Amino acid sequence: MTATQELTPDAGAASDLAGTLLIEDLHKSFGDLEVLKGVSLTANRGDVIAIVGGSGSGKSTMLRCINFLETPSSGRIVIGGEEIRMRADGTAADRKQLERVRTRLAMVFQSFNLWTHRTLLENVIEVPVHVLKVPRAQAIEKARALLARVGLAEKEDTYPLFLSGGQQQRAAIARALAVDPAVMLFDEPTSALDPELVGEVLGVMRDLAAEGRTMLVVTHEMNFAREVADHVVYLYQGRIEEQGPPDQIFGNPQSERLKQFLKSIN
Amino acid sequence: MEGLLDLLGLAKSAELLSLSPPGWGMNLLRGLGKSLQIAFGAFGFGLVIGLFGAYGKLYGGPVIRDLLAIYTTVVRAVPELVLILILYFVGTDLINQAAEALGYGRVEISGVAAGIWVLGVVQGAYSTEVLRGAILAVPQGQIEAARAFGMPPVMLMRRVTIPAMLSFALPGLANLWLIATKDTALLAVVGFSELTLETRQAASSTRAYFTFFLAAGALYLMVTLMSSALFQLLERRSRRGQPSLKGAGR
Repeated sequence: MTATQELTPDAGAASDLAGTLLIEDLHKSFGDLEVLKGVSLTANRGDVIAIVGGSGSGKSTMLRCINFLETPSSGRIVIGGEEIRMRADGTAADRKQLERVRTRLAMVFQSFNLWTHRTLLENVIEVPVHVLKVPRAQAIEKARALLARVGLAEKEDTYPLFLSGGQQQRAAIARALAVDPAVMLFDEPTSALDPELVGEVLGVMRDLAAEGRTMLVVTHEMNFAREVADHVVYLYQGRIEEQGPPDQIFGNPQSERLKQFLKSIN
Repeated sequence: MEGLLDLLGLAKSAELLSLSPPGWGMNLLRGLGKSLQIAFGAFGFGLVIGLFGAYGKLYGGPVIRDLLAIYTTVVRAVPELVLILILYFVGTDLINQAAEALGYGRVEISGVAAGIWVLGVVQGAYSTEVLRGAILAVPQGQIEAARAFGMPPVMLMRRVTIPAMLSFALPGLANLWLIATKDTALLAVVGFSELTLETRQAASSTRAYFTFFLAAGALYLMVTLMSSALFQLLERRSRRGQPSLKGAGR
């Protein structure tokens, strides 16, 4: 890939590197507390990577460092072949670049984080219309299709707080899909849901995985990780303790800590 | 009509308040117009200061935060009447000195502009705190989501933070607006002919103090009632998307 290619907005989409993600030696400290102690990870296009670990293992922090919601302390983050330029202290050096890269990374949050003063349809078209400058009519048409896809066609004029958690999370997934993301980041997407609502959200995510989207999923749903993920990463105290295909991680764990962890959650 | 007024002994008052001379009604309305003009300008100016102030206090560097803390503390500590006298005389003095230094003569300063500037500075300090509180009340996740999707800061403020904080800010802002309408009365001390001063002049010329001050009071009350209705409407609109709290407190 040439330097000029790297600078065009759709460099990722046009090249073989579309939908790839590379994290190299990522460190993150909050004051004296080092939460990430050098994490490296590669995702190829279409990979579904499940990130599991106990609380405080740094899994959410890692995900949030990828789109700089948390500022990494050091390391490299390369998305679709484009490295996010960092200053020595880890802050993004080029705000415009960061904003552009962020539009290629859609995040789905634990607590949905829909904009509560906007209807579902308005939530879904917000970023396409205002950030990506897609014509409004086109954005609305696409948003309707996405809402229908996650089973919310009838709810487009409803405000988020009038819906169940599962419906809100499905709407949040529609919002994420509306930007045609290269990589989707899921931060414990089912942890805030009542048990009976978890299934509907996981169902939507299963479909996304099946259509070959690159997904990083921080999750406590081991069944989901086992069945859907291509690769499972177990984090322990800010380091990758063990990783591999789900069969191996769940069927034949090597590290004592992972064995302990799997025992504790079952 | 005339008969009824006679019967109630109000014929004299009606005559005094009539809109055409020798009635003073028109003077009162003119005063009310000026008062509203200043209140509106000061409220708006205060909102602009408040928005910058709130963002500065929340996200600014240490120097900006310290300066804003001094501003809001001093303005809210000093009685408004004193502040108005200080700002009015200091303001006009500074402008005149600047004008003289540039070789112009003394400048006539428009009463309305001076009133808006003086009350705006006062309103700005309170607005800063109202808006800061409202911004803090916006669920952090909504702002985070906008950042995560690559929204630039100014768009984020316009599309997410401001609409989301409005429902938290409006009750406080409604208070500020009502205070602004009444603070215009304080400008009477610098000889600005708003409603209160017009009323005093009418009253002292006719010796009908009771009639005129009651009329002025009624005008202020009307402004308040209409403002409340308007703010209620705005608040309902800003709270769209939020389930009603009715019955939730029981």
